[in-house]
Amino acid sequence: MNSTNITKVTTHPTQNEALIFERSQPGRVGYRLPALDVEETPLDELLPGNLRRDDHLEGMPEVSEVDVIRHFTRISTWNYSIDLGLYPLGSCTMKYNSRLNERVARIPGHANLHPLASEEDAQGALQVIYELEQHLSEITGLAGVSLQPAAGAHGEMTGVMLIRAYIDARDGEGASARRRTMLIPDSAHGTNPASANLSGFKVKTIRSTPEGLTDLDHLRELCAVGDIAGLMLTNPNTVGLFERNITEICRIVHEAGGLVYMDGANMNALVGVARPGDMGVDVIHLNLHKTFSTPHGGGGPGCGPCCCTRELEPFLPVPRVIKDEDKFRLDFDRPRSIGRVKAFFGNFGMMLRALAYIQTHGPEGLREATEAAVLNARYIAHGLTADYDKPFEAPPMHEVVFTDKRQSRKGVHTLDIAKRLIDYGFHPMTIYFPLIVQGAMLIEPTESVGRQELDQFISAMQGIAREAAENPELVLNAPHTTRIGRLDEAAAARKPVLRWKPREAASAA
Amino acid sequence: MANVPEDLQYSKDHEWIKVEGDIGTIGITDHAQNSLGDVVYVELPKVGESFSAHEAFGSVESVKAVSEIFTPVSGQITEVNESLQDEPEKVNNDPYGAAWMIRIRLSNRGEVDSLLSAAEYEDFTKAESE
Amino acid sequence: MRYIPNSPDERAEMLQVVGLGSAEELFSSIPADLLLRAPLNTPAALSEIELLAGFEETAGRNRAARRPSFLGAGAYSHYSPTIVDHLIQRSEFFTAYTPYQPEISQGTLQVIFEFQTLVCQLTGMEVANASMYDGSTALAEAVLMAERVTRRQKVVVSESVHPEYLEVISTYVQHAGIELQRLGFDAATGQTAPAALSLLDERTAALVVQSPNFFGCIEDINALAERAHSVGALLVVCVTEAASFGLLRPPGASGADIVVAEGQSFGIPLSFGGPYLGLFATRERYARQIPGRLVGEAVDKEGRRGFVLTLATREQHIRREKATSNICTNEGLIALAATIYLETMGPTGVREVAMQCAQKAAYAARRIGGIEGFTLPFNAPRFNEFIVRAPSEANALLSRLAAERNITGGLALSRYYRDRPNDFLVCVTETNSRAEIDALAEGLAALTR
Repeated sequence: MNSTNITKVTTHPTQNEALIFERSQPGRVGYRLPALDVEETPLDELLPGNLRRDDHLEGMPEVSEVDVIRHFTRISTWNYSIDLGLYPLGSCTMKYNSRLNERVARIPGHANLHPLASEEDAQGALQVIYELEQHLSEITGLAGVSLQPAAGAHGEMTGVMLIRAYIDARDGEGASARRRTMLIPDSAHGTNPASANLSGFKVKTIRSTPEGLTDLDHLRELCAVGDIAGLMLTNPNTVGLFERNITEICRIVHEAGGLVYMDGANMNALVGVARPGDMGVDVIHLNLHKTFSTPHGGGGPGCGPCCCTRELEPFLPVPRVIKDEDKFRLDFDRPRSIGRVKAFFGNFGMMLRALAYIQTHGPEGLREATEAAVLNARYIAHGLTADYDKPFEAPPMHEVVFTDKRQSRKGVHTLDIAKRLIDYGFHPMTIYFPLIVQGAMLIEPTESVGRQELDQFISAMQGIAREAAENPELVLNAPHTTRIGRLDEAAAARKPVLRWKPREAASAA
Repeated sequence: MANVPEDLQYSKDHEWIKVEGDIGTIGITDHAQNSLGDVVYVELPKVGESFSAHEAFGSVESVKAVSEIFTPVSGQITEVNESLQDEPEKVNNDPYGAAWMIRIRLSNRGEVDSLLSAAEYEDFTKAESE
Repeated sequence: MRYIPNSPDERAEMLQVVGLGSAEELFSSIPADLLLRAPLNTPAALSEIELLAGFEETAGRNRAARRPSFLGAGAYSHYSPTIVDHLIQRSEFFTAYTPYQPEISQGTLQVIFEFQTLVCQLTGMEVANASMYDGSTALAEAVLMAERVTRRQKVVVSESVHPEYLEVISTYVQHAGIELQRLGFDAATGQTAPAALSLLDERTAALVVQSPNFFGCIEDINALAERAHSVGALLVVCVTEAASFGLLRPPGASGADIVVAEGQSFGIPLSFGGPYLGLFATRERYARQIPGRLVGEAVDKEGRRGFVLTLATREQHIRREKATSNICTNEGLIALAATIYLETMGPTGVREVAMQCAQKAAYAARRIGGIEGFTLPFNAPRFNEFIVRAPSEANALLSRLAAERNITGGLALSRYYRDRPNDFLVCVTETNSRAEIDALAEGLAALTR
């Protein structure tokens, strides 16, 4: 495969599926409802004309059931997926999504349960929530758990609000008003500063050391200012290294009157091996759609439980699920709570799947998964060191970062390497993150991949390194095997087209 | 090598200014547009707003980055280049001409004296990239 | 562990390759005093058979799931065509990540582009994002966006918005420097009280209403828009029952500036409250202030059409603390389900569902309103929900109805309003048969006789 001008078959129906709106044919129907079985109320009596829509939902597609099946089946084949192969996105933990968990979430007694059903009529669901909270508490070593947040960033916001509420209660509103600084490492996920900002904190950035760890001197210096509310830290951090000074870090922050928030995006490196609560962390969010294998679904839904110490527990969102003898009930009477962060109880369907994951693994299986995930990352780190620049010496945990330093001398950059990887049959790694590493390639294989496939990945990366040296054009123009080539993102952002419009309307605009 | 016209003055934030009477015309340098990549959006202030020197008056966006733009001098906005709304690519194509961003009525002419000459700016960018 | 491909022997070999003697050494960078010495205290591993039996057992104790139900209030029981759940289980959709690499994510990207288009069509708005967590958080984000757009700090919220949504807004804005003012509802109509609109002033960023509102009453959006705009505020309209879009005039056609909705009605299971789907739509001129992801059209070098995530500079991964929102993961798979639902139902189906809901609710209202001792306290036009005032305490009545007649008759308002002990909210959809409605009416009559 060395030609950059492979001629593509251009008429293949499965490769040319149009937008559904362009497929629409007047009069096609894809559904059937039972006939109305009550006496009809005259329309004007039902609803005054000025309140009714008069556009006949024009533009919505008219298609048959067969059309819908073909449409989605065809376009689905343009996606990469975990079930197809290694999905080495660092910081995303793309592990196997068990079909058993899908089946569990679809059991009618759970799937058809209304969130406002009375407590007596929803005992099974309340038990699921209660038990999952118990297990996550055990896994993190933190006493209080709320499953209400819908995703990681939502859990972060919840956690940061807990810190704010706790400090306000501890110091009094007036005194705590002087503690409005949240420390965040320069390597953090963008959601951290965004969540801190939502909770009314000013963000100060902590430098990382050349070894890729939090700079303790800088941390001490920032803490000495006396205005810090807390620190938001990812551990293992976003370059895949365990913050070995974590106990000291927590001590420094606590002595300065702050609390430590841990971003749990990387918990897949720790489950069954070490617990944030034992490290001195006060609050953490988990991503059930990462560590606990609930499907990522092309961008969600997630579930972002917030786990915290006993001291912070009174501030968790309402309601809480309480066990009284053998009955479960909802407790709304939580005067110190930060309030509700979402209607109802959170993404219950994800909780079922995560509970099934924990029950399927058992304690030994949970640890085994962590070991396998870290071993796989270590294996890739070992396999790529000869060909790619590895900016940090220390052995990585569940993910490893490389850079394009060597390849960029030939004009081949991280983006090009990522795109070329597609031609070898793999989804690219996370690129240009963390921001502190120039040309970063962050690779997280997870435990869900066997040695043969790891070897294939390593040899693909080695092949690309060779191509970058010998035939850089080949890499620069990649991918060559996909339905479409690289898209002009600048043009798309200059004149955004964010929806389909009927042809006449589109040309008139 | 980035283009640095002789007849303009420069700031360390990578803006250029051309002063005529008490009006300064401001934009970003060729070096700045080059490091941003394809510019997709320019956010500019309204006529009549006032800014002090080194304050951000707007921002320039590429596909995956946002950079604030700082005025090198204090004053009140007298004109903004509305055409950049529809054609942000001008910033890449003609940073010193068609992509001027704002005109500002200087409130402290003395500030101009502390700005960089073309040669000084070239040295500055060279030093920065090392 | 059957989800881990490498056998213990293979793992031992790999350890050797990387120069380690044991699995413990993988964790040598963790200080020894932090390492767990014993296995976690979580349940022992279960087989499929055992695990399914356990979940069947807990499901069995969710008695409400097996009963004819008239519960609504933000979560609705609607028919979902079989192909919806079938298609979302395709590996290519449900095991894919966020479409950051467009060349191998065109399936997901095209779905989102279609979803954004459908949301615009339904709401009558110009741009829609790729989804928010749910209706309640979408509404909170709309409030924050209104503050960004207007740079004003006061937000006036109608009391007839879903009480849990009101709580979520309060949580979100508590540190944002936004002052919330509550606007009462009219005791006769159940709509936002026109007199209370005097709260709107030149400091107001937005007027926030829900329609149909929590009591099922349809608000006069045109009039509310006029009042909001007269002081330079935005009108934010929230819809919890998205099926109503099939019949009601879209908020976009009545002057709304931001429309948010809970999209669960579009083929998404009740699932005890989530995952659901936040819809978020606004005017084109505010596109750069939208929270969350957007997909746009693009072309490659050879002119082929494709789709990409666009206007990303608004988002947290680029603008960090200055982002329009902290949201990252949204509800991708649920948005897919809603897209399949809407495309399968088409304009005819979406209209027919809405019409059946309204017709059956009207029938139920007539039946229940005709029972001695029962009244319908609000007289505003409604869609498929309405408040019933019982002659006795609603909570006790509904418990007896469940126990003795096996019907979940609705939601006692006392859950949210202590001063309304006898009121309950009834919701009727196309899934409620006439026989169920008749049984509800007969049950209520019999239990209060």
